[in-house]
Amino acid sequence: MTPSVARLAAQAEPVQESVAVATSGVGKRYGRKWALRDCTLEVPEGRICGLVGANGAGKTTLLKLLVGLARPSTGSVQVLRRPPSDTTAFLRDVGYLAQDVPLYRRWSAADHLAMGANLNPVWDVEATRARLRALDIPLDQRVGTMSGGQRAQVALGLALGKRPRLLLLDEPVAALDPLARREFLATLSAAVADAAGELTVILSSHLVSDLERICDHLIVLAESRTVLAGELDEIVGSHRLLTSAKRDTSSIERQHTVLRTEQTPRQTAVWVRLDGPLHDPSWQNDELSLEEIVLAYLGQRSQPPGVDVSAPSGGQR
Amino acid sequence: MLTLRLTTHSNVPAYVQIVQQVRQALLADVLKPGDQLPTVKDVVSELAINPNTVLKAYRELEREGLVEGRQGVGTFARRRPAGPPPGTQAALTRSLAHWVGTARQAGFDDAGMEGLLRTILMAATDEAIA
Repeated sequence: MTPSVARLAAQAEPVQESVAVATSGVGKRYGRKWALRDCTLEVPEGRICGLVGANGAGKTTLLKLLVGLARPSTGSVQVLRRPPSDTTAFLRDVGYLAQDVPLYRRWSAADHLAMGANLNPVWDVEATRARLRALDIPLDQRVGTMSGGQRAQVALGLALGKRPRLLLLDEPVAALDPLARREFLATLSAAVADAAGELTVILSSHLVSDLERICDHLIVLAESRTVLAGELDEIVGSHRLLTSAKRDTSSIERQHTVLRTEQTPRQTAVWVRLDGPLHDPSWQNDELSLEEIVLAYLGQRSQPPGVDVSAPSGGQR
Repeated sequence: MLTLRLTTHSNVPAYVQIVQQVRQALLADVLKPGDQLPTVKDVVSELAINPNTVLKAYRELEREGLVEGRQGVGTFARRRPAGPPPGTQAALTRSLAHWVGTARQAGFDDAGMEGLLRTILMAATDEAIA
């Protein structure tokens, strides 16, 4: 193994990895309503982590807690090994792009870059300009007259310009067409490649197919709780759809975590997370796409009554 | 330079797709020993995929001895994997393309053809074991 690959391999070894974000039992209450509860998760450094969940599931709340725009009602948040705060030292390391792409419409991209240079102790002028030029973004044009894709790229450029170690993006591609979305994600991924393990990204999105391409870590929130969090490869590798002629599912339930069961007069289908090897070859064992897995978790808590649903252990009601 | 592609409509993990494409390019002599593979940044800028996916694929290829990373320079093709010579490869590709044409005319869709191929592969494996 050559030194460069050895170094990269070392970065990918879980044992040597440090954690960019860690939350423990975090809850956030607004008045009587919990926007987020019991949230415990870890995102290793250098990852691109997807955050998915229904509207109102707590995605924005979680991002705000990480950047320090909200304080947890319970539990603790560690970001880059310290609690979020409004100190310069913390904010220098963390970039946050809110949902509505907050730019001054009458300013040009160049104006925004100049402001970035004034406000940030570290500011990567050349790389930021080069990135926007490579995308043919007219630096002198007012942001308000740009396309949605160009505006999003300017906002991403600003967020990357301060060379953050953690970048939080709240539905950055929701309003973009497929081509602009692809370009935005390519810019993001190239920035992560450039940072060689020193930039961690968490982005929320409803577009699971995008997340499947660009993420290597995933968090799924449902009804204010974390229902799934981990490495993407492991998630995809450990979930299966088991089908067979109609039969009892209790043996599967004893050994594995059943997300959803569907009984028709002739067939039994079980969406399952395998907690060990599957011993019974009489089940047809099919892989699930990430989208199917996410839907199984999101649907779990809102099944209409009458459908046979076996909640996983520790189900909360 | 080698162009990599990626489909998310497949259950084959992204990094395996890259490994297979590089291996295939080496077999078909599209990529020759000494040729440089696209850099991680090139690939992710083109495909909008995770950089670790590309690293993982290149590491796997390096473990197989097919490519080598040179620090600060990039990743280079090292040798052709064991497999049929390019001529045989091309002939097999042609006859398979012909078969696909016939099957499509007979009304098979992609899934039907994949199913048929899998059945035949499994039968061939059983025969080999028996």
